[in-house]
Amino acid sequence: MILEKDVVVVGAGPAGLAAAIEAAKAGAAVLLVDLNLKAGGQLFKQIHKFFGSRAHYSGTRGYDIGKKLVKEATESQVEIWLQSTAVGVFPGNKVSIERILQNGGKKLYTVHGKTIILATGASENVVRFKGWTRPGVMGAGAAQTMVNVDHVKPGQKIVMLGSGNVGLIVSYQLMQAGCDVVALVEAAPKIGGYAVHAAKIRRAGVPIFTKHTIVEALGDAEGKVSGAVIAEVDEKFQPIPGTEQTIPCDTITLAAGLKPVVELTRLMNCASAFEPVLGGFIPMHNQDMETSVQGIFVAGDATGVEEASVALEEGRIAGVAAAQALGLLSQEDAESQKQFYWNRVNSLRSGPFGEKRLAAKQDVLQCYQEQIHTPQPEVMIGGLASGAD
Amino acid sequence: MSLRVKNHIVLDVKDERKTVTITVDGKPVQAKEGEPILSSLLAAGIKINRYTRRFHEPRGLFCAIGQCTDCVMVVNGKPNVRTCVTPVQEGMVVETQDGLEQKGGHK
Repeated sequence: MILEKDVVVVGAGPAGLAAAIEAAKAGAAVLLVDLNLKAGGQLFKQIHKFFGSRAHYSGTRGYDIGKKLVKEATESQVEIWLQSTAVGVFPGNKVSIERILQNGGKKLYTVHGKTIILATGASENVVRFKGWTRPGVMGAGAAQTMVNVDHVKPGQKIVMLGSGNVGLIVSYQLMQAGCDVVALVEAAPKIGGYAVHAAKIRRAGVPIFTKHTIVEALGDAEGKVSGAVIAEVDEKFQPIPGTEQTIPCDTITLAAGLKPVVELTRLMNCASAFEPVLGGFIPMHNQDMETSVQGIFVAGDATGVEEASVALEEGRIAGVAAAQALGLLSQEDAESQKQFYWNRVNSLRSGPFGEKRLAAKQDVLQCYQEQIHTPQPEVMIGGLASGAD
Repeated sequence: MSLRVKNHIVLDVKDERKTVTITVDGKPVQAKEGEPILSSLLAAGIKINRYTRRFHEPRGLFCAIGQCTDCVMVVNGKPNVRTCVTPVQEGMVVETQDGLEQKGGHK
């Protein structure tokens, strides 16, 4: 049996929740699915206060924003399925969902969504060096989950690789949980993230090694991490022989950026663009957050790695646009709401980091206008139109 | 020394979940009911979850969100269980996985 919904949203992080809320508020029957035990995405591991204006929840900690959104979604009659993984999307707007049931069993559902919003987020990049597979080497996000969600330290002595905002914030949060961050290693000549986060790390006295990288993770008799060998790098980021030094540690965390999770948009043959500033290949979208395929919308990190507050605004735009496509909002209403959220999202794309992201996003919108112009109803697979079923 | 966070400046880390006992490679380990199995093991200082099939190299926590499968173990006799997204239940039997079966298991 195929279930029918107006809107199927994949991913219950900030983008997916916001999209589901907006569509449901306009009167759509919305199903929101997420593979985790809890809705809220990565907001629940973000224990720091957000920046920006009050409209962007400044001064509020990530997990409180998560709680607010989940409450709002529930109150707006969004149907939420947790432990439910979208394992495929098919022509004719069908989503296959594997749902874990109360008794531990699994059931596969097919849901037809008049519109689909893919808010699948991003995954962590890895850095490979000798010994990178040893127990004790992990993603910075993994370490953040352990301390902030599960309240267990991943180790006592941490070497952090990467000084973008994730590297800086997670270093600080590991210290808040009682870990010792013994080194912050960054290949670039200077720290990558915001100065305000970097200052906290500096004040805490964490040794910072810019122009350095990790060349090897050393192991103990069982093979677990016992140290990190770091070395200075040249201007091509190659380790300079003779500059190696060993830092004893039991954990190495990798904060080397994120990349959008695009399997589902690729399955739908959504046109993509390569934008390094946004994390790599991303599905192209228009001002409605609609992809090259009619009725398939995207929002959040899945369409360019930015920030939770950006994901929220993009989600709201996608939700409004989906409701408009369903005829649930008048054109006038929908356009004014979308403009309101576009102004808010672009206000977040300022400053040296934001401006680069703004330029990349404008490039995506412009390429869409030139190459696709209007979303196409058919999904072309291997040159054959397979939209009809 | 336990790796559980006892005090935190921001978070309320008081844990009122029931303490249960699970068996890990034949030995009893204290765990909090409902937490991911991986967290219980880490808190008890157990960092190796499995060994690779060909080269028998150790693997442990890597992504913590059910994506990478480096933390899979044999749980209640079933291999390839992602311990980072599987909640603890009283009396669970957890074994280090070697290749596709428990370490030292039948060949």
